[in-house]
Amino acid sequence: MSARATGATTLRVLRQLRRDPRTIALLVVVPCALVFLVDQLFADRPLVFQQVGVPLLGLFPLVSMFLVTSITMLRERTSGTLERLLTLPLEKLDLLVGYAIAFAAVAAVQATIVSLVGFGLLDLTVVNSKLLVIALAVANAVLGMALGLFLSAFARTEFQAVQFMPAFILPQILLCGLLVPREEMAEWLQWVSALMPFTYAYDALSRAATDGELGAAFWADVLVVGGVTVFALALGAGTLRRRTP
Amino acid sequence: MTAAISVRGLRVTRGGRQVLRGLDLEVEAGRVTGLLGPSGSGKTTLIRSIVGTQIVAGGSVSVLGLPAGARSLRRRVGYMTQAPSVYEDLTVHENLAYFARIVGVGADRVSRVVERVGLAANRDQVVVTLSGGERARVSLGAAILNEPEVLVLDEPTVGLDPVLRRDLWSFFHELAESGTTLLVSSHVMDEAARCDRLVLLREGSILADATPDDLLSRTGTDDLDEAFLELVQRGTA
Repeated sequence: MSARATGATTLRVLRQLRRDPRTIALLVVVPCALVFLVDQLFADRPLVFQQVGVPLLGLFPLVSMFLVTSITMLRERTSGTLERLLTLPLEKLDLLVGYAIAFAAVAAVQATIVSLVGFGLLDLTVVNSKLLVIALAVANAVLGMALGLFLSAFARTEFQAVQFMPAFILPQILLCGLLVPREEMAEWLQWVSALMPFTYAYDALSRAATDGELGAAFWADVLVVGGVTVFALALGAGTLRRRTP
Repeated sequence: MTAAISVRGLRVTRGGRQVLRGLDLEVEAGRVTGLLGPSGSGKTTLIRSIVGTQIVAGGSVSVLGLPAGARSLRRRVGYMTQAPSVYEDLTVHENLAYFARIVGVGADRVSRVVERVGLAANRDQVVVTLSGGERARVSLGAAILNEPEVLVLDEPTVGLDPVLRRDLWSFFHELAESGTTLLVSSHVMDEAARCDRLVLLREGSILADATPDDLLSRTGTDDLDEAFLELVQRGTA
């Protein structure tokens, strides 16, 4: 791996994003607006807003980076730039880590702004440090990026890539415990839920918000999120083929 | 002759169709070799096999004495794809600067290449606002950044105006004189006359491999287009 090629890739991805101010605005404004919407929705039930609000802060970056990465990677595949890069002295890891750093940086900005809105304007509170929530949000963003990178290999067009959102993300949002506590789900749904990365991302955030002492269960969640990220990146690296049919 | 590229019995199947059927080819070092043939004749597939991005069904391809796609060749072979593979949302300079970091050349080289491909006036223009020919030149610029020993160009002059085409061809010859091996594909026969050697490809097989003059005298024609037709007719007769 080379720091030069990795750094160059990070800069390049950020430059590309900078050329697209509308996407940047959407990345920041949409989550803020949604958190506000949830706040208003549960105006009479502040406890519910507390339970839902904090995990939402940390899950937005996961969803946004999943989408941004799958589209960016798909473009990289269809425009031929990926084929060119793979004929150059560039390790696949340089490319993947370069992407991961760029999107983690964007996610950090996104999570910070949404947190400022949530904690500052909408009276969200957490038992633990707010920075921990932001750190979890960044970890989730890298998870989203890794999943997007891997799944982009299975989309031929941007239409298909966008459909991964309802196909892959929505079921996880439904089953992660955000809407219905996992213990109250049918047993088979609990099993399905246990196989989904979102469940652990949600659980970690929810514990960070409400558990006084962060115990083994929290760290197990963090470990799963980290493990799935590495696993998805490895699978993603496997889909970057130097030779294609 | 010293062969920079050597292809033996190359077979490639794409989408269930045999695109290359046992192809043999030697590309001489330090020369401009033209790969000519109609669309669908297998030019791009052959080129991709040479740069090592194509999964092949059989045969062997060696470049500078190493198997095509070998790790160390990634620094020694330059490849320009048919569609300009550059980032549309970056400027000319940002594109080249990125690829320069990957291949490990400095900022001064980027500036020289921008001049060389005639894009000095477009240096800070975002690629999406460039014409097709200008985009192709950004892509060419990216391929020559680290002065590779072997340069493989897939239809580099498509859509360029005649003056620019002439300039590029003389640039290719300059590169060859300084020792670079060039393999340049085209489907336009009038470009063939500018090559040191011609390889005519049709339906995945080599129809002829000769100098332009040889080709004319062998077919008794005075035009390379006619020579191509003549060879096709002889082949099917």
